[in-house]
Amino acid sequence: MTQLLSEILTKYNYWIYITLMMIGLYAMIAKNNLVKKIVGMNIFQTAIILFYVSIGSKKGGTIPIIKHDHGAASHVVHAAEYINPLPHVLMLTAIVVSVATLGVALALAIKIYHRYQSLEEDEILAQIREK
Amino acid sequence: MIWQLDLAILTLVVVTAVGAIYIKDLLGTAILFGAYSFLMCLLWSIMGAVDVAFTEASVGAGVSTVFFVGAVFRTTRRTKD
Amino acid sequence: MKAAGLLIVILTGGLLIYATADFPPWAYPQSPASTHVSPRYIEKSIEETAVPNVVTAVLADYRGYDTMFETTVIFAAGVACFLLLRIRVEEGPEEQLFRHSLTGMTIRIKDGRKAPSDLEEFERIDAHWVPQDLIIKTVCRILIPFIQLFALYVIAFGHHSPGGGFQGGVILGASVIVLAMSHDLRSSLQRMGEKVNALLCAAGVLIYAGTGALCLAMGENFLDYGILAPLFRCDPVMARSNGIFMVEIGVGIAVMATMIRIYNNVSSAGRYDEGL
Repeated sequence: MTQLLSEILTKYNYWIYITLMMIGLYAMIAKNNLVKKIVGMNIFQTAIILFYVSIGSKKGGTIPIIKHDHGAASHVVHAAEYINPLPHVLMLTAIVVSVATLGVALALAIKIYHRYQSLEEDEILAQIREK
Repeated sequence: MIWQLDLAILTLVVVTAVGAIYIKDLLGTAILFGAYSFLMCLLWSIMGAVDVAFTEASVGAGVSTVFFVGAVFRTTRRTKD
Repeated sequence: MKAAGLLIVILTGGLLIYATADFPPWAYPQSPASTHVSPRYIEKSIEETAVPNVVTAVLADYRGYDTMFETTVIFAAGVACFLLLRIRVEEGPEEQLFRHSLTGMTIRIKDGRKAPSDLEEFERIDAHWVPQDLIIKTVCRILIPFIQLFALYVIAFGHHSPGGGFQGGVILGASVIVLAMSHDLRSSLQRMGEKVNALLCAAGVLIYAGTGALCLAMGENFLDYGILAPLFRCDPVMARSNGIFMVEIGVGIAVMATMIRIYNNVSSAGRYDEGL
C-alpha cells in the first residue's frame, strides 16, 4: 500500500501529461470540425512539450542561468545545482515551429471553407462524393 | 517547487483543454485555448524552464490566439460538435 | 467514429501509463536525461562561450545546426501560408466602403469604380467597422514603441536573462499585429509592406546561414564562431558570444517577418485589404 502511494506521488505528473495528450488525440480523431481538430493537434503538441520539459527538472536545481561575477569568472560550476537545459532548448524551437505549422493549418482550413462553405468534415466529404 | 500549486495548475490545464474541445462555439474555443497556453506557461515557469515559459507566453498565449481569432473571423463561428 | 476514437484513446493512454512504471521518479536528479551530456553544457558553457544563460549558449552554439533548420522551417511555413492563401484583389466583385468623417455617412462603391481618393474627408473603412475605438487606438499608439523597445531588449539581453531571438522576434511581430488590429490592415501595410516583409523573412535566414558561411570562409567549421575573433577584435571566447548575438538577430528578423506575414494572410484570407 505504501509502495503504491509513493508510486502515485512520484508519477502522478506523468499521468496527467498522458491525460492531456489523450484529450488532444481524441479531438484529432473524433471531432468533426476542422478548427477543433487543429486545437486538438496543438493540445497534443503542448502535452509532448510539457513532458520533455518535465524530464529536465531536478529536485534542488535552480534555473539554468549560471551565477557569475564580472572579471573573476573562474569559480567551479556544479551541474547538480542547475536544472537540465537541453530539453528547454529543443522545446523552445518546437514551440515556435508549432505556431508556424498552426498558421499553415489555419490557412488550409480557410481555403477549404472558401471552397465548400463548411468546416464540418462530413459535409465536406458529402460534397466531394457528389462530384 | 510547490506541489500544491503544481497540482492546482495541472487540474486547471486539463479543465481548459476539455473545455476548448467541448464548447460549441469556435470563438470560445480560441479564447479557451489562449487560457490553456497561458496556464501551460505558468506550469513551465514553476518547473524553472524560464526560456520555454517566456516563449509560450509570447507565442502560445499571444500570437496563436490571434491567428485562431483571425481564422474564425474569416470562416464561421458555428460548429456541430 | 466517436466510439472508435474513445477506444483508441483509452488503449493508447493505458499503454503509455503502463510504460511510466519504467520511468525514473519525477524530478529525480540522477535520471538518465540529466547525467550524460547536459552536465558538460552546464559546467563548460560559461568558460567556452562567455554566455551565462546556458539555454542561449546551447541553442545558438552547441546545437546551432538544429536552430538554423528550425528557422528555415519557420520561413518555409510563412512561404506556404502565402502560397496557399494569397490571391489577386482584382479578381471577383469588389466592394469598398468609405465614411465621411464629418457627418458619419457611409458610401459604398461597387465593381471597382473610381474611389474618392482625392477627397480628404472620406476615409476607407472595413466591412466590419467598429465605430468607437478611440481609446484602443490611442493606447495602442502609445504602447507600440515600448513593446518594440522591450523586444529589442529581449533579443540583445538573451545572453544574460531569459529571452533571445525567438521571443524577441515574436514580440516585434506582435507589435505590428497590434497596429493592424487596433487601426486596420492597410495602415500596418503602409509601414511594413508585403515586399519589405518578404525580403526581411529571407534576410533573417540569410544572416544566420551567412554567419555560418563566414566561419567556413575563414577556415573553420560551419557555425564555429571562435574564428571570427579578428573581426570583432576580441579573444575567441568573446567572439563566440558575439557570434551567438549575430545569429540571434537573424532568428529575430526571420521570426518577426513570418509572424506578420502569417497574420496578414490569415486575417484577410489572402486579399490584403481588410483585416481583423
